[in-house]
Amino acid sequence: MQQVINVFLIGISIGSIYALMSLALVLVWRSTRVVNFAQAGQAIVTTYVAWEVVNRSGSFLMAFILAVAIGGLIGGLVESGMMRTLFKHASDGPVAAVAPVIATLGLLGVIRALVGLIWTNEGKRFESPVSTAGFVIGDTTLPFSRLNLLIICTAAIVMIVFSILFQRTNLGLALRAAAYNPEIARLSGVKVSMTRTIGWVFAGAAGAVAGILVSSNDTLNPYSLDVLFVFGFVAAVVGGLESLVGAVVGGLVLGVGLSFITFYLGTSLVFPTAFIVLVIVLLVRPSGIFGVKGARSA
Amino acid sequence: MLKRKREESSKREHNPYRRRVLFFLLLGWGLLLLGDRVSELRVYQGALIAIYALAIGSLILLTGYSGQLSLGQGAFMAIGAYAAALTQIYLQPPLIVTFIAAVVVAALFGAIIGGGAARLSGPYLAGTTLALALGLPTLANLFSFLGGETGLYFDVGIAPERFGAEFTLYKWFFWIAALATLIMLFFIQNILKSRYGRAWKAGRANAAAAQLVGLHVGRRKVLAFTISAGVAGLAGALLGMVSLVAPSTFTLSLSFAIITGAVLAGLTSLTGSILGGLVLVIIPEIAEMVSGNFGESEAVTANIPGLITSLLLILTVLFTPNGPAEQWHHHKEKKKQRAL
Amino acid sequence: MTLKVERLVVEHGAIRAIDGISFEVAEGSLAAVIGSNGAGKTTLLRTLSGLKDAKLGKVSWMGRDITGMKPEDLVRRGLAHVSEGKSVIPELTVKENLALGGLWRNNKTELAQSIEEVVEIFPRLGERMSQRADTLSGGERQMLAIGRAHVSKPSLLLLDEPSLGLAPLVVEQIFQTIAMLCRDRGITVLLVEQNALGALAIADKGIIINLGKVVAQGDAKELIDDPALRSAYLGY
Repeated sequence: MQQVINVFLIGISIGSIYALMSLALVLVWRSTRVVNFAQAGQAIVTTYVAWEVVNRSGSFLMAFILAVAIGGLIGGLVESGMMRTLFKHASDGPVAAVAPVIATLGLLGVIRALVGLIWTNEGKRFESPVSTAGFVIGDTTLPFSRLNLLIICTAAIVMIVFSILFQRTNLGLALRAAAYNPEIARLSGVKVSMTRTIGWVFAGAAGAVAGILVSSNDTLNPYSLDVLFVFGFVAAVVGGLESLVGAVVGGLVLGVGLSFITFYLGTSLVFPTAFIVLVIVLLVRPSGIFGVKGARSA
Repeated sequence: MLKRKREESSKREHNPYRRRVLFFLLLGWGLLLLGDRVSELRVYQGALIAIYALAIGSLILLTGYSGQLSLGQGAFMAIGAYAAALTQIYLQPPLIVTFIAAVVVAALFGAIIGGGAARLSGPYLAGTTLALALGLPTLANLFSFLGGETGLYFDVGIAPERFGAEFTLYKWFFWIAALATLIMLFFIQNILKSRYGRAWKAGRANAAAAQLVGLHVGRRKVLAFTISAGVAGLAGALLGMVSLVAPSTFTLSLSFAIITGAVLAGLTSLTGSILGGLVLVIIPEIAEMVSGNFGESEAVTANIPGLITSLLLILTVLFTPNGPAEQWHHHKEKKKQRAL
Repeated sequence: MTLKVERLVVEHGAIRAIDGISFEVAEGSLAAVIGSNGAGKTTLLRTLSGLKDAKLGKVSWMGRDITGMKPEDLVRRGLAHVSEGKSVIPELTVKENLALGGLWRNNKTELAQSIEEVVEIFPRLGERMSQRADTLSGGERQMLAIGRAHVSKPSLLLLDEPSLGLAPLVVEQIFQTIAMLCRDRGITVLLVEQNALGALAIADKGIIINLGKVVAQGDAKELIDDPALRSAYLGY
């Protein structure tokens, strides 16, 4: 029983990171109807920046804040610089439907190459800001550590901030309205071109948090966030791609599920399982657990 | 505009079959002559061009003609390669049977995944196939007969003696790859010109309209996915032949490289696929020259090719959304119109 | 003269949806644009509110050229457009839909006041404030759409077929409200309708368009009584 609780908590910890990445993907999808394949690429930049800051100043907090700020900045630049041009040019032709996918993939490649040029492709050790030793209760040591606790708390804070922002503020209302129906939003005076950029800014910031948390106590290289992206995508699809709540729940469910699979069946089954979950969800309930029916064929 | 194009092409199709046979025969003959006159490295690169062209062709078949974008061509290539290697190791049939096995097995997987994929569109399909490309090679570690990280060795043997003693292994590779690619591209070209190909195109242009005139879009998408996977499987077997059948051969980067090649080729013209293959092989060469100027640090040599291809990808999508080849064609046609 | 449309031409690709329309609407008056399906009514409104670009011609409002301005900027100049088919956002609550109209003013007290006014006009919305808009009936949605436009405090209100698909009694109520907004609150209204009789009955001016051209315009009462127009365009 204790074992089960442990595995569950570890799952929540890793799941909350997936949830953040999934949140980032959903934010971008809602604002511009694009899956941003460069989301993990943007996060790799901010994570390297954080690594650099930690190495030079020793302050994890400063690294974190700087990474989040830069993450938002990159998101905004990508939307206003690249995506806007893309939507202006690629209005028709055979490539139009797949152009955003290709453009963001290209961006991912550029970012990776630049990161590799600056920091080399060799793995960098990202030290954990807090102890990774498990908590001790009585005379048993749990696998659940301070780092896990930090991850869960950080992710929770980010999610609470987002939910207040979206549900209680004017900006949030404008963002939601623009996501559901850009035309009515514009007719009501919402500057939709701005809400699109803001969506990318928030996504960049959320992705930056996910990148730092997943890399803590791990090795960082230009490709190390690929897996995070795929799991974030699976979580977003499970959650329906439209819903912020769905994104979070999808991430947590996936994290816990994979944690149990890792523990009881071994690491090598994690990927196949995630893929099978993705395919099953898409086949059985294509609109995701929280999605609206029929949204996917558009 | 569209109508005229169709009329033109129907005129051109007066004797399409014979002309296409001639084109591919000439191409094959040209390659053959080249094979004798260049260094071993160039021969090897020639084989790579053929293999990439074939893989790009499989993606063009899927994306350009049925509107689906797969980021997982590398996964189907891996399936083909493992199928070929296993067939060769356990059954040792004639070489042609091995390659057919690669096509069939990959197509089978394509049909299974395509069954789900046909219901998806745009980013969903892209994300799912991405997960496939990233996840599938990890299976190699799961089953011992797949050889883990070190992978399998797909041995096609040396060239038969009648080719002469000077016929090196790489020449033999080149021969097999070029021949297989030419035959396959010819085959794809014929599919695309057939009733099926046109039906796929119709489905891409407008799913609802295609349904109205009685085309079953879903089933055709699955078929497109299946054939594409089969072709990719052959390309994978060939790639396994010249390198190694291991997870490290069929990485996500391979899938991305193929997408890059297909986008640069224009996603709609099959002849462009050879050009795309050429670009994929040339870029690392150029990158090597460039990085030589920057001092040969490992970070530079490892990342310059990626930088160049990715930048090309973005620039292509941003400024010539229909691919450079098509854009040029378009430009030429406009000029012709002005001249008239 | 407040709303002035001069030789407006709008194209959908190769099709000319609006082919040189000119008319004027006096401040504080209610004008009805009447026409059958495909006459260009919706395109006209979408061009006026900035959703669609004009090919040629000029639109001015209160003496200012507003041709080519964006919808979000036009809202700030007092123009509100209730688009075709109950333009509410179903995923948001009634209150959020209303608040949306007042976002750009960024003033909480004014917003609360405007929402109260809407509840006065449509008491049924007041009872459903925290419900999602997709739980409303068709008539209630139309009320909500007009209410949202009202919250943005327009001086010019563009309405696209508010009677579409509603029961006769509800249509009557909506038309009365529109007339009230014009008479009591001094809002200039441009009402696009297929329901010619109902719209002309409350309008000061009628503009009849067909295939993108104005075929007749003038006093609403006179248009109703013109037998030639009746049989040709008004359909009764």
